[in-house]
Amino acid sequence: MGKKALRVDHVSMKFNLSSEKVDSLKEYVLKSIKREVSHDEFWALQDVDFTLEKGDRLGILGLNGAGKSTLLKVIAGVFKPTRGSVERHGKLVPLLELGAGFDKQYTGRENIYLYGAVLGYSKSFIDSKYEEIVKFSGLRKFIDVPLKNYSSGMKSRLGFSIATVVDPEILILDEVLSVGDAKFRKKSEKKILNMFDKGVTVLFVSHNLAQVRRLCNKAMILEHGQVKAFGGIEEVSALYEKMLEEA
Amino acid sequence: MKYIQNFWRYRFLLAELVKKGIKLKYRRSYLGIVWSLLEPIMTTIVLTVVFGTLFNNKDRTFPLYILTGRLLYSYFSKSTKAALKSIRSNAGMIKKVYVPKYLYPLSAVLFNYVIFLISLIVLVILGFVVGVYPAWYWIKLALPLFILLVMTYGVGMILATVGVFFRDMEYLWDVFLMIIMYTCAIFYHPERLLKSGHAWVLKVNPLYGVIGNTRNIVFGNSLDWSSMFYAVAFAFITLAIGLYVFHKKQDEFILQI
Repeated sequence: MGKKALRVDHVSMKFNLSSEKVDSLKEYVLKSIKREVSHDEFWALQDVDFTLEKGDRLGILGLNGAGKSTLLKVIAGVFKPTRGSVERHGKLVPLLELGAGFDKQYTGRENIYLYGAVLGYSKSFIDSKYEEIVKFSGLRKFIDVPLKNYSSGMKSRLGFSIATVVDPEILILDEVLSVGDAKFRKKSEKKILNMFDKGVTVLFVSHNLAQVRRLCNKAMILEHGQVKAFGGIEEVSALYEKMLEEA
Repeated sequence: MKYIQNFWRYRFLLAELVKKGIKLKYRRSYLGIVWSLLEPIMTTIVLTVVFGTLFNNKDRTFPLYILTGRLLYSYFSKSTKAALKSIRSNAGMIKKVYVPKYLYPLSAVLFNYVIFLISLIVLVILGFVVGVYPAWYWIKLALPLFILLVMTYGVGMILATVGVFFRDMEYLWDVFLMIIMYTCAIFYHPERLLKSGHAWVLKVNPLYGVIGNTRNIVFGNSLDWSSMFYAVAFAFITLAIGLYVFHKKQDEFILQI
């Protein structure tokens, strides 16, 4: 038994899928009078329960709408689960939406500090890592240009460089191994594989089964928000292939 | 304890958000932060001309009287409006990364407060012009100005919460702000109204107590403790309610925006 890194404890997540969202006072009053406030419930996750040990690399498989991204967001703390809880041990870095929190009127330099702060870094930490971030992103020439003049590739390069400047204990990857151009992709893959070697715990979502096989040691299949299978990579991915053939 | 720890962890983000608010407000305008001084001067001139003539007010210090009221009211109105929209305007961020959500209304209220404090320079300058000079007792301004901040944050938290669920609040609040503006005696002397039997209109407005007492200090009059106590009580009760409703509802925000 290794050290526990992540515990997802019977997590369920409910969304209200009201076809007509009630967000004005008038509508609310009218609809409650007519008793029309509908509560179409949708469970994006149902009783998801698993534990990862330090150094585990979990591939999350499933079709679109199976609840993969919701699960990652619950683990990252963006969503609070309707039921259940998530226990994280150590620094978690979500490479989910690179550059959420960027301001497009800010320059690259200002955004490094802003996004760093969003990720919970301290000022002195960013000061000390500033050089490294700029160097890795390869955007030195554009660092004082407002972000609105950046291309989307440049933005994600900057986001990736800032997010990966820490040594995380838990890493969440949502198909972001394809950032920027071929050269940067190679560099970023190397950086992530480096983290793998340091024994980081990984949650990885991808539709590329070969990639999941190559990178992960455990896997999980999600279907309609429920865990269909959880276990070693070989057996689960074999099961998933079979599932895809049947479908 | 957990909350304090969490707050401490995100203090740098709060500082960054406040800085961002200030920096972006005036970015790309030629005069930049100078506008925070120029704008109150210009509106005060307009108000002085209009209401000075209208009420036939020949008092030399009348512009200073208007300016104090206007500065405090406009801080309150700008901040509460910003707080009201703070959750929606940061929806992109809230949906993607975890950040304690109270930081959004808090930073909106704080960055406006910093601009407000800077704009107080105008008050000192105008004081010199009309012959009201800074004195040691101006130190007492800390009390009403602090209460103003607490009150604004309390109201802002309530509005931020309500604003997530009902978009109409933005428009309702504009109307409400207008009522508040007319009932806190910005550009008229309240004496006549106070004697008229409609005094409650002013007394029920907590901002009137803050503005009135700020003026009392600036002009060297004694404080009106009853309106001050009312403002203090109002500020802390709204703060408590604001923190409570925000805390209670914040996990539902993401499902609404």
